[in-house]
Amino acid sequence: MALKYAFWPGCVSKGAAPELYVSTNRVAQALGIELVELETAACTGAGVIQEQNPEMADALNARTFALAQQLGLPLMNICSTCQGIESMVQDKLARNPDYLAKVNVILADEGLHYTPGLEIKNFLWILVEDFGLDRLKAMVTRPLSGLRIGPFYGCYILRPSAILGKEEHPDRDTYLEQVIAAVGATVVDYEGAKKCCGFPLLTINRENSLKQAGNHIHEAQDLGADALVSPCPLCHLNLDTQQPAAKSVTRFDIDLPILHLPQMIGLAIGIEPKDMRLDHHVVSTKKLLGKLTAPAAV
Amino acid sequence: MKVKLKVKRTASDARAAGYSSYEIDAADNVTLLDALIQVREYTDGTLALRCSCRSAICGSCSMRVDGQARLACRAKVSAITRGDQDREITVEPMGNMPVIKDLVVDMDSFWAKVRQVDPYIQPVGPEPEHEYRVPNEAMIDLTHTMNCIMCGACVSDCTVLEVDTNFIAPAALAKAYRVTADPRDGHAHERLEKLSEYAGIWDCTRCNMCVEVCPKGVAPMNRILQLREMAIEAGIKNNSGARHTNIFTKSIEDGGRLNEVWMVPGSVGLFNIPRLIKEAMLPGIAMLRAGKAPIAQAIPPGFPGSHKISGMDRVRNLIRKSRSLKPPKPEVND
Repeated sequence: MALKYAFWPGCVSKGAAPELYVSTNRVAQALGIELVELETAACTGAGVIQEQNPEMADALNARTFALAQQLGLPLMNICSTCQGIESMVQDKLARNPDYLAKVNVILADEGLHYTPGLEIKNFLWILVEDFGLDRLKAMVTRPLSGLRIGPFYGCYILRPSAILGKEEHPDRDTYLEQVIAAVGATVVDYEGAKKCCGFPLLTINRENSLKQAGNHIHEAQDLGADALVSPCPLCHLNLDTQQPAAKSVTRFDIDLPILHLPQMIGLAIGIEPKDMRLDHHVVSTKKLLGKLTAPAAV
Repeated sequence: MKVKLKVKRTASDARAAGYSSYEIDAADNVTLLDALIQVREYTDGTLALRCSCRSAICGSCSMRVDGQARLACRAKVSAITRGDQDREITVEPMGNMPVIKDLVVDMDSFWAKVRQVDPYIQPVGPEPEHEYRVPNEAMIDLTHTMNCIMCGACVSDCTVLEVDTNFIAPAALAKAYRVTADPRDGHAHERLEKLSEYAGIWDCTRCNMCVEVCPKGVAPMNRILQLREMAIEAGIKNNSGARHTNIFTKSIEDGGRLNEVWMVPGSVGLFNIPRLIKEAMLPGIAMLRAGKAPIAQAIPPGFPGSHKISGMDRVRNLIRKSRSLKPPKPEVND
């Protein structure tokens, strides 16, 4: 069955991590996943607007949900933070019908309406649950067998698990490991994988933020990681873009490329690194790419 | 039922430094605490653990189970292993606190932080003739935090405390919310001012770990977010945290999506030159070199030509109208 989603790209893939946007589209195309981008959807609030104005964030997210429902499609995001916030708002609206009714009155201005029950999935969940890892394995032309890759989930795709489908999908906290193994790489098992990258603190307590990032990178690198992979571009920003700063704060000798999830998939199914902008990282991916074998002829 | 446990032991126990493995035969419905007590009583009397009520009320038996803090008395072994009797459960003492022996930690720092937030209601003005009368909604809102049993699970797994021992941390901040939001308390403003300083509410990284591990639904991080909202509402905005929230919200009100370029200057303050160089300019140059800098966001939010999504007028209308969704404030003695 052909897979088709309303696509919420998030702010960061359209801003400071354009390589995520490019690689997502490229990989989706290669996998035969059709994406209908929600061009007019606005930010989820990322938990920040919620500190000052939770109702504004609820309305913005309900609008995004309604835009997806207008298309009759499930919603795909490519950011752990977006996933968590969207799931939290979805849960709040479902549990408060009176509140939802008020939100819908506002949405009606645009002819929109949100009915609880929309399927909202990060690309990681889609890969495992909808696309299927066996199908992915069959498409691998360049197994990442020489590589040791550490998972880095991003908090909001894991917690709070009660609203992130733990009942129905109890293994969601192992999906990254499963995908890493599916593309032929060796999983690096380290404590930081499910912790916080520190990004939300970056402008508030920079030292703590960078210590968090630096500690996780150091731990994974110490255990032999060649790279980390994350479904969250906010984690990418702290782990990649801020890695030089994290290095000077922690004084750890760190140099570890941070891949976006679609980039790792793309490498394994034979997409050219430059087509996924692997040269657009602060931490160079050159050494990593040098370890790759050539893709098998298709 | 077979139960396999791998328990972290303190190094001072020379016989079993590192981990001890146990395999016992226990009833099918045992909790992890039952299993550990059985080990201590019949297999290894040197194993130290703390427990009392065995029914998730006293908060004594928090420990890390497969890497995550839980009450051992509330964790069914069969649920942890999902029925796989060969699966070994890893049991370790709580984190972020010094270990006294095996699974017993020293909680002095935990209690010191709770005391730090003056965890009692301090009314002002003359006492009412009869009882204080408070609206139901206000007390219902506080029931989350009243459920706290001070087990320490949230503090054990707090990811900020791992890098900064000064952080007041989730349990005490949830307690701070409990007293600050209580309509009978008369010191909300001073409390919020103090809590807005370094190591307080703005130093939480919002990782949801405390929400995940809390066995009583206190959801400390959500209480921290409520305190942030209260602090901003009280006008306590001269800090990076409040400024960050402000510039973030403004950026969405202006353009619909985040303007990342202006987050740092907006948070540290436009005249804080040393921080601007270190936090905005240097990373900015690295990003430019990598081809990652979002050039389209060069114009700050609110200025002509700033970056906007299409259909922004509709988003603005929605944001304006969302103000009507705010619940009314409960008042005391109404």
